[in-house]
Amino acid sequence: MSVVAGRNDAAIAAAALRSDRFRIEREADWKRLEDILDRMERGRISRLADEDLLELPVLYRTVASSLSVARETSLDAATLAYLETLVQRAWFLVYGPRTSLLGWLRRFFGGEWSRSVRAIWPEILVALILMVAGTAVGWLLCAADPQWYYSLVPGQFLDVRQPGASREVLLGTLFGNQDQPQLSVMAAYLFNNNAGVAITCFALGFAFGVPPILLLIQNTTPLGAMLWLYNGQGLTLDLIGWISIHGTTELFAILLAGASGLHIGRSMAFPGDLSVLDAAAKAGQRASVVMAGVLIMMAIAGLLEGFARQLIDNTPARLAVGYGILAFWVVYFFLFRRVPPASEAI
Amino acid sequence: MSQPRPDRRDRRRTMITPEGIALPITLASRGSRFGALMIDLIVMTLGFTAFNLLLGLIAALLDLADGKGPSKSPKSDPLFDFLNVAAFMLLFLFRHGYFLIFELGPRGSTPGKRMLGIRVAARDGGRLTTEMVLARNLLRDIELFLPIGALASLAGGGTGNAVILLWLLLFALLPFINRDRLRAGDLVAGSWVVERPRQKLEAVMSSGQTAATGTSQTTGASYRFSDAELAIYGELELQTLERVLRENRHEAMIAVHEAICRKIGWNPGAGDERAFLEVYYTQLRNRLESGMRMGKRKASKHE
Repeated sequence: MSVVAGRNDAAIAAAALRSDRFRIEREADWKRLEDILDRMERGRISRLADEDLLELPVLYRTVASSLSVARETSLDAATLAYLETLVQRAWFLVYGPRTSLLGWLRRFFGGEWSRSVRAIWPEILVALILMVAGTAVGWLLCAADPQWYYSLVPGQFLDVRQPGASREVLLGTLFGNQDQPQLSVMAAYLFNNNAGVAITCFALGFAFGVPPILLLIQNTTPLGAMLWLYNGQGLTLDLIGWISIHGTTELFAILLAGASGLHIGRSMAFPGDLSVLDAAAKAGQRASVVMAGVLIMMAIAGLLEGFARQLIDNTPARLAVGYGILAFWVVYFFLFRRVPPASEAI
Repeated sequence: MSQPRPDRRDRRRTMITPEGIALPITLASRGSRFGALMIDLIVMTLGFTAFNLLLGLIAALLDLADGKGPSKSPKSDPLFDFLNVAAFMLLFLFRHGYFLIFELGPRGSTPGKRMLGIRVAARDGGRLTTEMVLARNLLRDIELFLPIGALASLAGGGTGNAVILLWLLLFALLPFINRDRLRAGDLVAGSWVVERPRQKLEAVMSSGQTAATGTSQTTGASYRFSDAELAIYGELELQTLERVLRENRHEAMIAVHEAICRKIGWNPGAGDERAFLEVYYTQLRNRLESGMRMGKRKASKHE
């Protein structure tokens, strides 16, 4: 240590310029920070000693203050450029994403998710109205002219479920499918598919919210059409049970995804005091928390649709499961008002 | 002196850290971002194919272990179900997880971005949050994967393809019509993509014997410049001189030496240019830095 200090003293004395002496006095700290940054950027955080990690923010501030002083006192362009680079690299890491996934998840489930959902309640209300409207439109169109059924309901449901089908045929589509093979594959496929729809709903929001509105309506008109069909044979409640067991979760997730999209769209159309870009960013970050949750809900809905619906073969039990889960979501989102500690988001 | 290319110059931004320090940063060029995306897509495809092959291999081995040979209808086999589910989940993970996991790491960049020396950062100079990375990558789905998937499934369909291509084009054009080259995902997330700077710490200029004493180590000549002789140049010229000295190219030093001598009315000799320039640099910088401390700055010789 004393050898190094001695050499350093000699170097400081040898430098003719005051600003160079300033640099030589602090160089050791700069080099130390650079070394830590090199190792972290190479992705070897696990090999870094804890003290290095703890030292990073301290060194960052030390070097940042060196930069501030150097800007006022030194005309050594190379050293200034080096310091700017160093501060920027350290800034990336000091203000980088929190690396612990576990910590993020804990905060996410421990309040961040439900808080973000509550934050977009106006859009949730609008999305709900749109979905109800979409269902009603589907029903009314089919009631007016059964031909509408063929254009509203997607091909995969157009097997035997057509206008004019007998009660027995329709009943057969709702019950008695326990021995259907590949339940798990079905669940995985459904999840993939529905998650895609939800992400689209969210992502298109930035086109000022118009596409999510269309998607919300488009996704619920087939529901109205099918309700009309089954209602004709007095099977309304059974169909609701068949849909509700997973649908309360899935439709709620689509509702939230659409609301997230609308939230972004609305913030861009009416940014208030912020610039459009800032408003979009703020809304986008809040909505992305909701979306992370939507994907989780979609996974649950996929499991329910793939397994539970085939395994639970009677309407009361299906209704109980579906609305039990719905009650859970509502309680979790709107009554669970814990504020997560050390929140990252705004 | 070599000014940076115009393209590079208008990619420069100033970012204010939460501590209030202004940092110059350079936005990533569109070319390097496109390149990084291509690399990532290739890595993703290779990775996904490799995993799928692995799953297929496992399935084949299980089949053989059954002793029944490759079965024609594996529909009800729970193991096949499991492998199928795994394949679906893998697809999801690759599509949505790849960018997310890499950009959330300390490097803030996917392998492609890392290879091209760029990374994601928060536009406001604050923390790059998990939410930002989530948002920018959720948008990637409609910018890229959705239209590509549709294109693949429609293969050959006329108008449908045209619409999808237009869609892709619109999103691809977005970085060209805003100042900060944001794609839709960056716009919604509040992030941008910047270059990762690299800069080594160069040697101290004034600690050599020549610079410190003003006496050439090769010829023994002693240089001392009067205030008037130093007053003709400003900070811009000092930087040029610094670069010439650091690059240490003989012809350049002869040229600069001659220019300075002409300017201050000295008779340019030969053979001791470097020592002359080192001393002139040190004394000029000393003069300008003293001025700085007194609150007087001289940007260039024209002031």
